[in-house]
Amino acid sequence: MKDNVNTTRAVPAAVNWNRLQDDKDLEIWNRLTANFWLPEKVPLSNDIQSWSQLKPAEQTLTIRVFTGLTLLDTIQNTIGAPALLPDAITPHEEAVLTNIAFMEAVHARSYSSVFSTLCQTSEVDEAFRWSSENEQLQAKSRLIVDEYDAASHPLKKKIASVFLESFLFYSGFYLPMHWSSRARLTNTADLIRLIIRDEAIHGYYIGYKFQRALERASESERAELKDFAFSLLFDLYDIETKYTETLYDPVNLTEDVKTFLHYNANKALQNLGYEALFPPEACKVSPAILAALSPNSDENHDFFSGSGSSYVIGKAVATEDEDWDF
Amino acid sequence: MAQLVYFSSRSGNTAKFVARLGLDALRIPISATEPLPLPDQPYVLITPSYSDGEGRGAVHPQIVRFLNDPARRALIRGVIAGGNRNFGQFYALAGRRIADKLNVPLLYKFELAGNEEDIARVTHGLNRFWRETCLMTA
Repeated sequence: MKDNVNTTRAVPAAVNWNRLQDDKDLEIWNRLTANFWLPEKVPLSNDIQSWSQLKPAEQTLTIRVFTGLTLLDTIQNTIGAPALLPDAITPHEEAVLTNIAFMEAVHARSYSSVFSTLCQTSEVDEAFRWSSENEQLQAKSRLIVDEYDAASHPLKKKIASVFLESFLFYSGFYLPMHWSSRARLTNTADLIRLIIRDEAIHGYYIGYKFQRALERASESERAELKDFAFSLLFDLYDIETKYTETLYDPVNLTEDVKTFLHYNANKALQNLGYEALFPPEACKVSPAILAALSPNSDENHDFFSGSGSSYVIGKAVATEDEDWDF
Repeated sequence: MAQLVYFSSRSGNTAKFVARLGLDALRIPISATEPLPLPDQPYVLITPSYSDGEGRGAVHPQIVRFLNDPARRALIRGVIAGGNRNFGQFYALAGRRIADKLNVPLLYKFELAGNEEDIARVTHGLNRFWRETCLMTA
């Protein structure tokens, strides 16, 4: 009996949320749980008419893009987020990761809600078959899943995870934002925006944990991880440009999508604490796509981007704690 | 010459942005038990944004604590906000909340730790802003 003790999994300590080692865990837990949603919340059936107005090639493109996104969410749900659990530094981080894993399942499930509302079963089956055979989709998934291997360096798993969350999704997210900017499939776009919001928090949090761990790494280890990160990004970018061309060449959107990829690659690197790779001129995402991402957020033009406007010098009013609790 | 005041959580995005501006800046501490800085001249506040999916809680409690003090609040002249467009309509919402509440302009919004272009625009914009603000209040 005694010999078995060492090989048996240790009983974990009960998680005490009133004793935090890292305040970020609670902040992110609160944010993620407050943001919880299910696809039933979005009236997708209002898009039925809009869907019928898309050309057949546009419909096929949309279904394929969504099966591609479904695959990435499936990977995060069943492999990616669980792979980070053994490396968690705090018990609260483990709890957050299980929330992330579950929401990825919700995301993956949401695309099927779109399909069952808008599409023919045969078209969807064909697209799932396409996703299992598409060379680029399989290649990028392979690169990521290999890094999620249990034997992999804990920080390399985090790098792969942030690249999936903050970079790889965007060749797909582009399309519903594009349709939305043309007043097409606007309810579907609302659903995708919920996913985009969640993925932003996931990328931020995993990137944050990566940076905390990096602080404890040696100089040479840090250099090696940075090399690894940029080299993985180059490899993924290579695949993404081909994936983008395959999907978007027929609708003449490839260059616009690539710009969006550059912009998001830089943001993924920022989540890891690294400098931008692509220069600003390669990241000029079209205003229509930016507006579709964050609708109504630019209605107050900001002063430094505007021309020749004079400033309002306000007087500060009295404030109380409750006043800020909007 | 005027000042910057900023808050940045342990993720350090806003701190990185401020460091790249290379201007004097007072930092509002992360911990609620640490003393708050006391600006002695007009300042621009640089803030990250924290709202949930309904837009609640955009302004960090430490910034609320700072701005609730009349002496500290009196010298604010503008606000710059960090955020992420992925939060949709609530992108950089803290900036708008503070600007509306205190009747000061929202000068600029940037994502995460900002990029080269953001740094150039804010550097140029702040220069112009302080020149015009000084003329108006002279």
